Amino acid sequence: MPLTDQDVREILRIIDTAGTREIRVETSGFSLHVVIGEVESSSALSPGAAPAGAAPGGLPSPSEPPPTNDDVEPIESPMLGTFYRAESPGEPPFVEVGTKVEADTIVCIIEVMKMMNSVPAGVAGTIVEVCSENGQLVEYGAPLFRVEPA
Amino acid sequence: MKRVFVANRGEIAVRIVRACRELQLECVVGVSDADRNGLAARLADRSVCIGPAPASASYLRDDLVVQAALGTGCDAIHPGYGFLAESARLATRAAEHGVIFIGPPAEVIEMTGDKLQAREQATLAGLPVLPGRAVESVHDAQALALQIGYPVLLKAAGGGGGRGIKLVHDAAQLPQLFTLARAEAVAAFGDDRVYVERFIANARHIEVQIAADGHGSTVHLGERDCSVQRRYQKLIEEAPAPGLRGEVCESIRIAAVTLARAIGYRNLGTVEFVVDADTDEFFFLEVNCRIQVEHPVTETLTGRDLVALQMRIADGEPLGFAQGDVSFSGHSIECRLCAEDPAHDFRPSPGTLTAFAAPALGGLRVDTHCEPGTVISPYYDSLMAKLIAHGEDREQAMAVLIEALEELEVEGVECNRMLLIDVLRHPDFQAGAVPTDWLARALA
Repeated sequence: MPLTDQDVREILRIIDTAGTREIRVETSGFSLHVVIGEVESSSALSPGAAPAGAAPGGLPSPSEPPPTNDDVEPIESPMLGTFYRAESPGEPPFVEVGTKVEADTIVCIIEVMKMMNSVPAGVAGTIVEVCSENGQLVEYGAPLFRVEPA
Repeated sequence: MKRVFVANRGEIAVRIVRACRELQLECVVGVSDADRNGLAARLADRSVCIGPAPASASYLRDDLVVQAALGTGCDAIHPGYGFLAESARLATRAAEHGVIFIGPPAEVIEMTGDKLQAREQATLAGLPVLPGRAVESVHDAQALALQIGYPVLLKAAGGGGGRGIKLVHDAAQLPQLFTLARAEAVAAFGDDRVYVERFIANARHIEVQIAADGHGSTVHLGERDCSVQRRYQKLIEEAPAPGLRGEVCESIRIAAVTLARAIGYRNLGTVEFVVDADTDEFFFLEVNCRIQVEHPVTETLTGRDLVALQMRIADGEPLGFAQGDVSFSGHSIECRLCAEDPAHDFRPSPGTLTAFAAPALGGLRVDTHCEPGTVISPYYDSLMAKLIAHGEDREQAMAVLIEALEELEVEGVECNRMLLIDVLRHPDFQAGAVPTDWLARALA
């Protein structure tokens, strides 16, 4: 029997409210095994609650962030767009891991329909991680870099 | 068409996701920051956050929508209703980037969006249009209103969907209302043109669902009566239009198809009319270039999936059926459940739903994005759910809808449930058609 929207919603509700870490749902012709909390994901770009096997390609899931460090701050994308690490192809990136930045240091460009938007760090410190890939779509609020504040 | 970008939110985003699944298309929902955890985002194959909560920074940004569609590998965009649904800019921008816009051609959207141009086209196509025209000044408006006879309506050329309308009872009111209408038209639509139209006191709102493919076929899918309104916003819609004489109904349907053909309409749309209940005369009002909120009324009456049909037509497929294949069975009524407080002049009532459950009844369909825990955001409109009852006849449909509303569980926000029940139970509504000003009078 195919899954209805109602079924999917019910399963999602069970998963959300169960309070357990592992859930197994089995009906004829369908089985679902969910383990909560094993894989940390910081962005809705990851498949998340998408139906198994149905997630389209074209958007890479961001790599697993490093263990949470309270001292490290993310630089979040101020808008949805294409993430560019350099002024133009062939130019060196604005920043690399280890680069010291001031709040007004430009760290990347986000392109929306040919409009290039410079993104300042917003915080002074040292870049400790580059979280998004050059040339890829980033969402509003997606972490672009992590900075250890000065 | 392989992957559809859903550029909308709420119940219609869920509805589009469902249609994608029906057609085995992948779908990506573009959400604002406020809707990241919404039902549409969770049901879709993927969601992508296009901007912060205010619509002006997310759902109304055609550049972000196209960028997000391209970046997620979508080859089509469904705009739903509201927001960018009738944006010629989005249609054009999508086409420029090789993405299919699921809706009519940009030039048709542009033309029908200008209500004065639409009036002109309807006149050229031979449709009856309300006496009236654009007015340049108070003096001009006064002269015209005298000629037409008070009361008259002042409408914004850039308006539509019930927005930008003022009722002028007499000559004394005109100067002030003209200035106000013009100022509001600039503020809301960026277009200060206003026009005067004859006002019909005992009016019914009748609209015709049309569908046109890119292969020369244009059909109608019957009419809907949307006369239960408050401040020009629809509350209850039904089909067939109760008590509308057969020949009047047929003439209206033919007029809608005639206009659609004349303006090169493609995809699904609605042609709206006002019917003078005293004389049975009907007049063209406007064309809506989108799927309408009340489309389930037609879906349940005809047994056709209109959102899937939109996608198939946009993908170049023929309609696949002729006018003679369209049949209507029984009676359908839809009501709009909104998070607003009838006790306080219907002000929006945002909040978090602590309970939300609709009963499972035969003949009942519920289109919603709500569930326990859903946040009714202050940023967007207050529609929580549409309850659609289909029965063998009007009495049965009304009974199902009343039962559904009585058993509906909604906690956490104020809503108009009791008002909907009161309307459905009211002897005037039970007896058949009501005019468009009926609800306002009943509430007074």
